[in-house]
Amino acid sequence: MRDVLVHAWLVLRKDLVLEWRARTAFLSTLVFTVLVLMVFNFGRDPTAIGPRDLAPSVLWVTFTFAAMLALNRAFQLELENQALDGLLLTPMSRGSLYLGKFGANLAFVTVVEAVALPLFALFFNVPVLPVLAPLALVTALATIGFVAVGTLFSAMVIRTRFAELLLPVLLLPFMIPPLVWAVMTTAKLFAGRPLSEMDGWLRLLAAYDIVFVALATLLFPVTVSE
Amino acid sequence: MLRAERLRHAFGRIRALDDISFTLAAGETLTIFGPNGAGKTTLLRVLAGLVRPQAGRVHLDGGRRAVGWIGHAAHLYGHLSVRENVLFWASLYDVPGRERPARVAAVLDRLGLGGRADQPVRTLSRGLLQRAAIARALVHDPSVLLLDEPFTGLDLAAAAEFRALLHELAAAGRVMVLATHNVEEGAELATHVAFQRTGRFVALAPRGERGAPEIAHAYRQAMADA
Repeated sequence: MRDVLVHAWLVLRKDLVLEWRARTAFLSTLVFTVLVLMVFNFGRDPTAIGPRDLAPSVLWVTFTFAAMLALNRAFQLELENQALDGLLLTPMSRGSLYLGKFGANLAFVTVVEAVALPLFALFFNVPVLPVLAPLALVTALATIGFVAVGTLFSAMVIRTRFAELLLPVLLLPFMIPPLVWAVMTTAKLFAGRPLSEMDGWLRLLAAYDIVFVALATLLFPVTVSE
Repeated sequence: MLRAERLRHAFGRIRALDDISFTLAAGETLTIFGPNGAGKTTLLRVLAGLVRPQAGRVHLDGGRRAVGWIGHAAHLYGHLSVRENVLFWASLYDVPGRERPARVAAVLDRLGLGGRADQPVRTLSRGLLQRAAIARALVHDPSVLLLDEPFTGLDLAAAAEFRALLHELAAAGRVMVLATHNVEEGAELATHVAFQRTGRFVALAPRGERGAPEIAHAYRQAMADA
């Protein structure tokens, strides 16, 4: 077990160092996030629908598309000089590789979300600070789930010709349940309801995370095998 | 010791491996000659564990940890330096942390990369990239070396140095399997020679006293007869 975690950490650290040095994926995801928020902000009729009614959906649509961009790049890093083959040649278990990639993607998406949230509050005039802790909990639970599935699909499609198209097609159906629960919970939080009212949705999000992290870890070796 | 037993593999209707068997003891080198599409790379990928054969087995003392791979692709990350890359791969092969810096420095010096250790890999020329790939493959001191056209990109001096290094490694008991088109380079290192065509070994024999011209003649004859 120690070897699994050590190898996963090595992959995670390597991915983050590569991202830090290149910064292209992070900057493009960030610019994309700002543009999505701007489109939603200026592309609606403020007299027809109030910003707070629209805010939960806009927040999660933004997070979803930003995550999709991040997940697309997860295994593209390994295409350079066919590094993925190099990783598969090592004695590291496929599970370690998955966990390392999952951790790196999670860190990447979390940073994008952390930057996007204040921008969202600014554009939509939503008081995020009073609900920051429960909102962070909901965001973390939903993000873990769809990043777990997204990391698996990202590995699955990377050797196909239309990887960037295929990933959303495969991933979006699996993202619907956690997205619905996250939007409902976020709407209640913005409406000032206590967290205890959302207990059921939070449990569903946690269950989704456990099931899909476990399933993806088990299925990952099949996706990278020839 | 490396033993392949009745390996078979096909991609659709194309036979890549057809009943391939051989055994190599410590210090022995099998050189495989064959035209493009003969299945040489597939055989190496099966021996390395990258491809699971549809039939047959590979016995390899030490498992994946014992294998070093040098092929067309460098398996290196452009935004990491040469040293960072080799350190990363050394850690994935569980080279002990205390030994790692010295081991990496030694292998880089041996390949003439000591002065370029801190240079990002993306700035290396093709020849230097291949040298870095060789350093990556040797840093964990593998007992089995799988070499797929390993001289690609090396200039004459670097190729001669690399041949000398391979002779040293063979003398130290390493098992090597080399796939190449180049009869001169392949014959010099071989203790056994195989000619592969459409997945089959049409000839497999100890090299004996045969030099490159005799092997080239035998190769042409075997290909014409097959």
